[in-house]
Amino acid sequence: MSDMSYVRSEMLPERAPPASSVGLVGWMRANLFSGAVNSILTIASLVLIYMVLAAILPWIFSPTWNGTSQNECREIVGSGHHAACWGVINDRWEQLLFGFYPNGSEGGADQRWRPIVAFALLFVAVTPVLFSMISRRMNWVLLLAVLGLTGLYLGGAVGLILGLALLGAAAFVGFKALSTDKEARAAEIEAGAKRLPNPLIFSAIYPFIAPWLLWGGTVWLPIAAALGFVIGYYAFVFIARALGSLVGIIGAVVIAIVWWLFLTSGFANLMDSILPISLEAVESRKFGGFMLSITIGVVAIACSLPIGIVLALGRQSDLMIVKALCVGFIEFIRGVPLITLLFVASTLLNIFMPPGTNFDIILRVLIMVTLFASAYMAETIRGGLAALPRGQYEAADALGLDYWKAQRLIIMPQALKISIPGIVSNFIGVFKDTTLVSIIGLLDPLGLSNAIRADQAWNGLVWELYGFIALLFFVFCFSMSRYSMYLERRLRTDHR
Amino acid sequence: MYHMTSMTDPHQGQFRLSMLLYDSRYRSMTIQIIALIGFLILVFWLLSNTAQNLADLGKQPSFGFMSEPAGYDINQRLLEYTSQDTHLRASLMGLLNTLLVAAMGCIAATFIGVFVGILRLSPNWIVSRLAAVYVELFRNVPVLLWIVFTMAILIETLPAPSAFRKGEAAMSLWDTVAVTNRGIYIPEPLFSNSLGNIHLFGQSSLRFDISLDLLAIAFVFLGGLFISRIIKRRADVTQEATGERPTTWYWRLGVVVVPTTIVLTLLGLHLGYPELKGFNFKGGTHMRNSLIALWLALSIYTGAFIAEIVRAGILAVSKGQSEAAGALGLRSNRIMSLVILPQALRVIIPPLISNYLNLTKNSSLAIAVGYMDITGTLGGITMNQTGRELETVLMLMAVYLVISLTISGVMNWYNESVKLKER
Repeated sequence: MSDMSYVRSEMLPERAPPASSVGLVGWMRANLFSGAVNSILTIASLVLIYMVLAAILPWIFSPTWNGTSQNECREIVGSGHHAACWGVINDRWEQLLFGFYPNGSEGGADQRWRPIVAFALLFVAVTPVLFSMISRRMNWVLLLAVLGLTGLYLGGAVGLILGLALLGAAAFVGFKALSTDKEARAAEIEAGAKRLPNPLIFSAIYPFIAPWLLWGGTVWLPIAAALGFVIGYYAFVFIARALGSLVGIIGAVVIAIVWWLFLTSGFANLMDSILPISLEAVESRKFGGFMLSITIGVVAIACSLPIGIVLALGRQSDLMIVKALCVGFIEFIRGVPLITLLFVASTLLNIFMPPGTNFDIILRVLIMVTLFASAYMAETIRGGLAALPRGQYEAADALGLDYWKAQRLIIMPQALKISIPGIVSNFIGVFKDTTLVSIIGLLDPLGLSNAIRADQAWNGLVWELYGFIALLFFVFCFSMSRYSMYLERRLRTDHR
Repeated sequence: MYHMTSMTDPHQGQFRLSMLLYDSRYRSMTIQIIALIGFLILVFWLLSNTAQNLADLGKQPSFGFMSEPAGYDINQRLLEYTSQDTHLRASLMGLLNTLLVAAMGCIAATFIGVFVGILRLSPNWIVSRLAAVYVELFRNVPVLLWIVFTMAILIETLPAPSAFRKGEAAMSLWDTVAVTNRGIYIPEPLFSNSLGNIHLFGQSSLRFDISLDLLAIAFVFLGGLFISRIIKRRADVTQEATGERPTTWYWRLGVVVVPTTIVLTLLGLHLGYPELKGFNFKGGTHMRNSLIALWLALSIYTGAFIAEIVRAGILAVSKGQSEAAGALGLRSNRIMSLVILPQALRVIIPPLISNYLNLTKNSSLAIAVGYMDITGTLGGITMNQTGRELETVLMLMAVYLVISLTISGVMNWYNESVKLKER
């Protein structure tokens, strides 16, 4: 009896957890049916999902892609069934994307490659700013690949050779980038290895390429405009050396403005007569569809960035009058709806300009949307400035930097980095707001959908058009908002 | 905010012109004066251009057109109006319509937003996913598209009044509400022993009637609320003194409900139901499709933003707060009302204000569905009829500015009162 033990001396083997708490069943018990209320909610949600899908899916999956009119769609589906007539999208999707941009139907070549290339290059230009995980080499690969594909598309002997050469270069650099180890490359750079030029150079010249691609005309006009900056820079260097930096800045600005106002067009005409390189000019009124939305959105955000920075600095400054002017502007713009500003663009802007000025409606809308966006941009950047710890300002002071040096070297790089997610959300907002231009009669996707509905063949079609437009907007905005969330996560340096 | 400190040389005695630029004592003054002069030149340039252009067009700026007959009809309105009334009165109708849809939208959007925001935090996987789908779907598509989309749904899918006659459609909610493709007809409150109205401002464009019935009801109701507050305060005092809180809820409810009910009975409150007469419904209050589409679209769109704000606000209160409150012995509803909500509200209120403002400004898209708000009247038909673009757009902007600044002023005042008092 004495050696009999009531306590087990060896360990039992581990047993599998009960079937009800692992796997699919366990997950469902934990997440869907963890109590009476939750079970009811789950069942109600499932019923809701079923009802919505049962109503929508049969409507979506209708074989009407090739219908050429509403009546034809009805014949395909058969009477009594309510189903989508996708023929309208098949017929008009190009118009919804490009508006009336020349597609070769009215004589001349198909020009729609230009907005596509401009858009692709836009992506290349913003990559170094937005996607830090893409290396310098890969940026150049992207750029070379886009240019090479453009060359191939344009064809002709020159285009073919140039395209193949560029694609070859892209493949070479890409191969090198992929074959070298990241850390080994970092060590090489540390040791002073030669690097490709900074891709931000391309981002800087992109603002001059894009308008040329979209609006066409002679290549010398954007080059002349860009030259204004170069001239201003050298003017600053020379004058500053002789007369001090303040006079240098003033002189550079004056010389650049004189160049832009009086000499640019003459220079462009002269160069054009010597070496005519030009694209077929496209009038603004032919812009439409998503191309118009993207153009307005991108131009507004790009131009509003510098204005917004100036306004934000003005609002934060100690100078009372400057501050009052900036606050007044920001609060005024933020206090009125965009539609009233668009009314200004469509009816009043010409009245504010010197008599005889008449510039086209797209440009006027661009100006007003830019002003609108810059007020919001200023608030975003002000948020970034306010989020910087005070120590950063004090450290800049302690180093003896003056106001502008402190802003340029210490404050702005950090504040702008913090503001990038906000800037992306601003962009989403402005991009969505571009639909408002349909109210003043521009042919953005919504405006075009009204025009298409007025067509005899597609009379009164609503759901297909709205659905298509909503889908495109959703794809754009959703991906951008995901990106901005990713960025927020990456930039969050507090360890929560 | 940001003070640039710098060493300045000891005072040199006499003033030199270069000190305006290089002496930090005078430089800020110089910069400000240059900025002011530049601004004034810009304003003067714009004004002189405008004067020149208007003179060329032969249009002297004047607001006299506002007192001319408008000549157009406004189908959805809160006050009495005919097409013989002035542009000023038409604009007033528009302004009231803007305020109406903005107020309705803010309330509905808040309810939707709070509801969905809480659902998004639900431990139930499928419910939180559904809420997320709602938020992403509505946030990422332009509000104008939602407005015209809702309008299309109302017009295309709801039954026509003739369907009610043929028996293909029936009124909902025990035959009190008629949902048709021409709008929704809801019962209206009527008083059989009405006290009449007070007419204000005679026959001018700003005339309006105040219903004495509503005034009486509001007076009695607010009085009840006031007395109920006094009872609560006395209960608080008793609790402070003795530790025992007297049960007062039936008193507090009674002083509000009983007098109000008595007044309503004396006035003979009854509901006027919509009825099908001829080709359309008569009686009841008619909410037109344009109002409903705008209201629904704005509130569902803004609700998606508010849902995210509410979710972020609740997540911002750290778990330690509720645990600490629990350790102090508070019950869960008191933890919510005394600890979580005050802190969450502090995070929620500022972005909520800006969303209310956005909703109000977005209500100007009414013009897309033909709802006659201030943009549709003053900035739409009045502008087109009179050709007074400058004056109408300026007035339109002024109206929206006043609305925006008022909302943000009130809300900032509230925000100030709940703000954490920091050093």
